Amino acid sequence: MDDNTIICRCSDITLKELRELISKGYTSVEEIKRINRAGMGPCQGRTCENLILREIAAFKGVDISELKISTRRPIVKGITLGQIASAGGDSLE
Amino acid sequence: MNKTADVLIIGGGISGCAIAYNLAKKGVKNIVVLEKNYLASGATGRCGAGIRQQWGTEMNCKIAMESIKFFETANEELEYDGDIEFKQDGYLIVASTPKEDEQFQKNVALQRSLGMEVDYLTPQEAKKIVPYLNTEKLTSATFCPKDGHLNPFLTTDAYAKAATRLGVEIYTYTTVTGIKTKDGKVIGVMTDKGDIATNIVVNAAGGYSKQIGEMAGVNIPVYSERHQILVTEPVEPMLGPMVMSFSLNIYCQQTPHGSIIMGRGDSNEPKDLRITSSWQFLDEMAKTVTDLLPPIGKLRVIRQWAGLYNMTPDRQPIYGAVKGLEGFYLALGYSGHGFMFGPMTGLLMSELILGEELTIDISKLSIDRFAKNELVFEPSVV
Repeated sequence: MDDNTIICRCSDITLKELRELISKGYTSVEEIKRINRAGMGPCQGRTCENLILREIAAFKGVDISELKISTRRPIVKGITLGQIASAGGDSLE
Repeated sequence: MNKTADVLIIGGGISGCAIAYNLAKKGVKNIVVLEKNYLASGATGRCGAGIRQQWGTEMNCKIAMESIKFFETANEELEYDGDIEFKQDGYLIVASTPKEDEQFQKNVALQRSLGMEVDYLTPQEAKKIVPYLNTEKLTSATFCPKDGHLNPFLTTDAYAKAATRLGVEIYTYTTVTGIKTKDGKVIGVMTDKGDIATNIVVNAAGGYSKQIGEMAGVNIPVYSERHQILVTEPVEPMLGPMVMSFSLNIYCQQTPHGSIIMGRGDSNEPKDLRITSSWQFLDEMAKTVTDLLPPIGKLRVIRQWAGLYNMTPDRQPIYGAVKGLEGFYLALGYSGHGFMFGPMTGLLMSELILGEELTIDISKLSIDRFAKNELVFEPSVV
């Protein structure tokens, strides 16, 4: 992969940008997303999180299974506020 | 890890980082900040990212006005290698009841007497500022063009980096497990990574500040309460100011990034430390926002989250020393507006700790006010 490979497609974060941030000491997905928005877009990290974890693991010299993943937050799939408002409370129970 | 500290600050949010920066800038050495998770992982990073001066008490107005002055040049002052994303497109606060309208007229009179640039508007005038606004339920509005949005993660990052350059040691993923006292004085802090001897401890633990107080044997009259937020997909600029209503229970603002952040409170929330998300919030928020700002109904929600308000009985912060325990300082109880007060929290706490003259007289905000029953209730909290 070259430096310009896109790691986070929602927020346009390249491999080079990611590696620079990791090398500055931002060595968890939670810290990285808060600085450069990786994983904060519509896909909520479904594409980039594993790639980011792999880079952190390589940097720290640990197995990827030792790293923490980010908090999983609702909603699972993007739907509009209008759809939610018109669906009503009862139908969501 | 350091075995001693001249000043030890508990909490790596905006308050803790700003206090550390201000003390270091004044020449204090050997400052340690302890954060149990990562920086801005608590209330700071979970807040709605709004910055306003339009408060209902003189003290809160003054603290907010001075904080906004700082944010305007913070990138330069903190020599930040990024951008804290300060956007000043104003806060439009709308009223929907006669009682609220009356309060807003009082607020504007107070705010103007303090030199704030703020206007009292008719619903029609408000609609000129935010064309998407549904004015059906509105009686009036107030608008301050200098209010706005600020990125909490990057602002905390900027303070933390500036503090670190001045020699402050910040230990993340380090949990405070106890506070040692002797003969009415603080003598040290215990953590899961070892003990640190210190004679000055600052409790800037946000949602967890009551528990930190208990470790020192100090009963702080605060409780924590979950508040929830959601964010939409990013879109082209469509909403300049923050739109806020206390009676309709909503705040909603587009960030410079394009996403729209919105939140509301729930008076039935239990007083505990939960930060989970609920479908009830999603449902109520969607109904509230599509009613007040109908075009936003077309946007997709991409994420919701929650954080803790650390509430005081009068919804104003607690700043300062504690009688009976020398060396124990409080910077907490912001009741939902600790992020926007960050710069003044940092400056004023450094002045209090060093015994300097205060930039703003905040003696009324000491913990003593509760025992003396000298509360000044802040009306403008969502």
